[in-house]
Amino acid sequence: MLDRKFIKRKLLRTESYIVIALILFSLLVQIRSGQFFTGNNLVDLTRSLTIPAMFCIGELFIMLSGGIDVSFPAIGALSMFIVSKVMINFTGSVFTCLFVGLLLGLVMGALNGYLVGRFSFIPLIVTLGTSSIYTGIMNGVLKAHESPIPQPMLDFGKKKLFEAYNPTLGISSEMPVTVIFLIVLILIAYGILHYTKLGRGVYAIGGDLTSAKRAGFNVFWTQIFVYSFSGALAGFTGVARASMMLNCCPQNMVGMDMTVIAACVLGGTRVTGGSGTITGVILGIALMTVLSNSLILIGVSTYWQRVFTGLVIIIGTAASAYQTLRKQRKLAEKQEEKA
Amino acid sequence: MINKKTLFNNVKDKNFLRLFFVFIFVFILCSVLKPHLFLRWSNIMSMCRQFPEYGIMAIGISLTLLTGGIDLSTVYTANLASIISATFMLSVINDQTSHGLTILLILIACIISLCIGVICGMINGLLISKIGIPPILATLGTQQLFWGLAIVFSNGKTISGLPMTFFKMGNAKLFGFLPVSLIIFIALAIIVNFVLTKSKLGARLYLLGSNPTAARFAGLNCDRLIITTYGISGFLASISGLIMMASTNSAKADFGSPYTMQCILIAVMGGISPNGGVGNLKGVVLVVFILQMLSSTLNMFENVSNFYRDIIWGAALIAVMIINFVINEKASKKH
Repeated sequence: MLDRKFIKRKLLRTESYIVIALILFSLLVQIRSGQFFTGNNLVDLTRSLTIPAMFCIGELFIMLSGGIDVSFPAIGALSMFIVSKVMINFTGSVFTCLFVGLLLGLVMGALNGYLVGRFSFIPLIVTLGTSSIYTGIMNGVLKAHESPIPQPMLDFGKKKLFEAYNPTLGISSEMPVTVIFLIVLILIAYGILHYTKLGRGVYAIGGDLTSAKRAGFNVFWTQIFVYSFSGALAGFTGVARASMMLNCCPQNMVGMDMTVIAACVLGGTRVTGGSGTITGVILGIALMTVLSNSLILIGVSTYWQRVFTGLVIIIGTAASAYQTLRKQRKLAEKQEEKA
Repeated sequence: MINKKTLFNNVKDKNFLRLFFVFIFVFILCSVLKPHLFLRWSNIMSMCRQFPEYGIMAIGISLTLLTGGIDLSTVYTANLASIISATFMLSVINDQTSHGLTILLILIACIISLCIGVICGMINGLLISKIGIPPILATLGTQQLFWGLAIVFSNGKTISGLPMTFFKMGNAKLFGFLPVSLIIFIALAIIVNFVLTKSKLGARLYLLGSNPTAARFAGLNCDRLIITTYGISGFLASISGLIMMASTNSAKADFGSPYTMQCILIAVMGGISPNGGVGNLKGVVLVVFILQMLSSTLNMFENVSNFYRDIIWGAALIAVMIINFVINEKASKKH
C-alpha cells in the first residue's frame, strides 16, 4: 500500500537527499563537460570509490556504536607495508596475503577496542593515540617507503573484470576485481547489522548505553567486536589497495580518514551513535567521490578539495544536529511550562 | 564541608606533585643521557623558543576540554591566520616603505591575524552551541575547512620572504636573553590561569564542563560561554601562528600538523579530563616543559628517527589515561 505518509517518510530520509544531489551533480557535470555518463568515467569513479567505501563500512560500525575511529588509515598502511615487506617472496594465493593483512589489522583494532571498552576512554583520543603509535612504528621502526609487492598480489591487481573504452578521448579504464570484495563486504555487513544479535547490539549500545546494558547486551565485547571489525577491515583493505595500485605506497592513505568520516556523516550516520545505514554510507562515499573527481572535470582547482570536505562534514552534521537541538529545546520548554 | 574542600585540594595537588616528580626525573634523565649537549645554555635557549608554539595552543585546547568539548582545528586556525597576515604583509610592505610605517603595518597584520583567529574560534563555538553539532565533528569539519582555505589562499605553496623587521621583532630578546615568545607564553599562561581560578568566567566554565544541565538551570548563558571559550582558543591559536611564522619567517597551510595530537596529549597529561570540568593549568604548563625536554633530547640522538616521537607521544597519551583511570578507581573505592 502506497499511502501518502509512506511516500513522505521515504522522501524525507537522508538517502533520498543524497540520491537527488548525486543526480543533480552528475547532470551538471554532464552538461559542462559532456564526459560524465561515459563508460570509462563511470568505471573510473567505481575504481576510486572502492577502497574508501570499504573503509566506510568499518567506520559505520564504529559510529553506530557511538565511537569514532581515526586510526584506520594508519592500520591499513601498516598492515599493507608489513605484508608486502615480509611476504615479498611468497608465491601462494593472494588470499593468504589478504588474510594476513586482515589478522594484523584485527590485532591493532582490538587494541583500540580494549582501550575504549575496558576504560571507557573517549574513542577519538584513543584512536588518535594509537594512530600515532602505528604511524610511528611504520615510519620509524620499519622505515617505510615505496616498495614492490609480492607476485600473487601483483598478478591479482592486474586482473580486470572488464574494460570500458572511451572512443572520444581514446582512453580505456579497467574495472578492478577488488569491486567484488566490496560487494561481498556490503552483503556481510548488512547481514551482521540486521540479522544477528551482535549487529542489533551495535545499534543498541550506540543508541543508549545504559539501556543496552540493562537489556542484557555485553557492552565490552560488542565494543571489542566493533573496533576489531573495523581494524580487520582496514588491514584487508590496505593489502587490497596495494594490490590494486600495483605497489606499496604507505603514505598515500594519509588524510583518507577525513573523506571517510565525511562520507559517513553525509550518509546520515549519527556521530552520537545508534543511527545510520549501509545504503546511506555507500551513497555518501559515492557523492564524495563524484564531487572530488568531478571538480577537475568542471574546471575547479584541486586546491578547493579540502574546503569541500570540510563543508560537507559541517553541513552534513548541521542538518540533523539542528533538528535534534530544536526538538530538545522544545521539550525543555514544555517541561518548564509544566513545572 | 571544610573536610571535602581540603580533600579536593589534596587530590589536585597530588596530580601536580606527581607531575613535578616526573619533571625532575625527566630533567635528570636528559642531563645524564646527554650531559654535554642538554645542559648547554644554547640548548636551553632553543628549547625556550620552541615550546611556546604548541604550549599556547595547548592552553587553548585545555580550555575547550574543560567545557567538555575539544578543539581539533587550532593548528589550522593558526596557519590560516598567519597565511592571511603574511599575504597582507607581502602586499603592502616593500623595500621603499619607511621603518616606522613598516612597524605600523606589521602591527596591523598581527591584529588581522588575531581577528581571524577569534572569528575561526567563534565559528566553532557557533556550530557547537547554536546548531548543536558535537564538538569533535564541528572542529573536525572546520579543521578541513580552514586547512582548505589556507591552501587556497597560499596556492598550496610556502609563503616566505617576509619583511626582516617582522623576523627581528618575533625573535627579539628582552634583556638580551629572554625570547619574546617565551614572555608571551608565560604572560598568557598567568592570565588564563587567573581567569580560570579567580574570575566568574572560570567558575562558569568549570560548571558547564562538569554538568551542562546544572549550568543551564543555574541560568548560565551556555551558548555564549561556549562561543567565548572557542573564541579564546582561536585567539590563542592565532598567537601561536604568529610565533611560528616569526620563527621560520614563512607560513604554510600544513605547518605543525603533529601539534594537534601533541596538544591533546599535553592537556590530558596535565590532568585535564577529556570529559570536562576537571583540571587546572599548572599541570599543563609543567607538561609542556617535560615534553620539550624529551623532544630536544630525542633530537640529539642522531640514529633515532624523528618518527619515534610519534610512538612515544601516542604511547604516553594512552599510558597516562590508564594511570589516571587506575588512580581514580582506587580513590573512589576508598570512599
